[in-house]
Amino acid sequence: MDEFTTWDILRNLLLAARWTVLLSLVSFIGGGLVGAALLFARIGSGRIGPSFVKAYVELFQGTPLLMQLFLAFFGLGLFGIDVPAWLAAGVALILWSAAFLTEIWRGCVESIARGQWEASSSLGMGYLQQMRHVILPQALRIAVPPTVGFSVQVVKGTALTSIIGFVELSKAGTIVTNATFEPFTVYGLVALIYFCLCWPLSKSSQILERKLNVAHRNH
Amino acid sequence: MNYTFDYGWLLQYWPVLVKGIGITVELTLVGGVLGVMLGIGCAWARALGPRGLRPFVAAYVELIRNTPFLIQLFFIFFGLPALGVRMGELEAANLAMVINLGAYGCEIIRAGIQATPSGQFEAGASLGMSRIQTFRHVVLIPALQRIWPALSSQIVIVMLGSAAVSQIAAEDLTFAANFIQSRTFRAFEAYFVATLIYLALAIGLRQALRGLGWTLFPRRSAR
Repeated sequence: MDEFTTWDILRNLLLAARWTVLLSLVSFIGGGLVGAALLFARIGSGRIGPSFVKAYVELFQGTPLLMQLFLAFFGLGLFGIDVPAWLAAGVALILWSAAFLTEIWRGCVESIARGQWEASSSLGMGYLQQMRHVILPQALRIAVPPTVGFSVQVVKGTALTSIIGFVELSKAGTIVTNATFEPFTVYGLVALIYFCLCWPLSKSSQILERKLNVAHRNH
Repeated sequence: MNYTFDYGWLLQYWPVLVKGIGITVELTLVGGVLGVMLGIGCAWARALGPRGLRPFVAAYVELIRNTPFLIQLFFIFFGLPALGVRMGELEAANLAMVINLGAYGCEIIRAGIQATPSGQFEAGASLGMSRIQTFRHVVLIPALQRIWPALSSQIVIVMLGSAAVSQIAAEDLTFAANFIQSRTFRAFEAYFVATLIYLALAIGLRQALRGLGWTLFPRRSAR
């Protein structure tokens, strides 16, 4: 058997980290799109929409992501298709991210003063016009820091997809450990790579939050 | 979809599920209590503690909050034995949960401490209390009360995250579901039942923490 140098280990892990990054991007963007659709249903005036989204959020926030991954993996399989791990991972992470993002954004929209809705409605604007011209531009500013902060959760969430067999950074860590018998080094490096992916996101979320607060105080 | 759902295995395997629920609850209780205690200690160190200690606590918090729980678990269970630190899967699972909750709890509780009006510290000092006494008797309880909802949701998140401990063969609820699906080949049903149980546990835990909040902070919440 070939000997692995630390460089070999790191190279293999970094190659696998590409998949972590890709899956995170897909989940975050896909989750954002689904989340935005859910947001409109949640804060709309319909009867079914809000309660459906409430139940959806409760379901995804009240169950482990790992279970959602298993259910996506075996649930999609019930339709007779051979489900590749990446598909189940993507579907589960998108639906999971959507639940959290929709809830974050709902908080932002609800923090917009009641009078803004009333004022725009007195100008004869419809629901979509109010959202487009009055509510969303203001809510978006508040939404940026927590949204960036949530992206950290998405990156960390992708680690669980290793359990259903998607080969990303965590899975590569396990594979390399099995080949090198150096779990301390390998998992240490894996943690370090995750840290390098997540920390800039956490930090920028904090900085954005501080900036936003400063802007808020100057009003 | 030509699949018929079959939950007949529940008759035979429910004791496995019950045992799994027991382990998950036990992990959450131990992890929750010790994790919050660690969080309080770290929050004190970061907000009020000696200056030399602060960067270390900050590094711990950042390191834990920016790496996945699964990797923390693997590092503790598979990595630490290389340093001669060996432990069983339940101890490793508990340790990982305590360390994880400690870091998140630290940030949440620190926010509560830092929202304390400075007059409270001065009042404590004017009564001749030491800094620790002021923290213990004047600052901590109102600080915890302020952030109790956030801390509660974090404990629920840690409970749900504990599903990952099945990967180091700790026999929790997820492990039970894995075991059942490997015996019955009813994977979807097994995970579906486990998911519903997790949902019930999460809702129950949330209620229990709300009740605990009322008993811990009776004076103010009576308002």
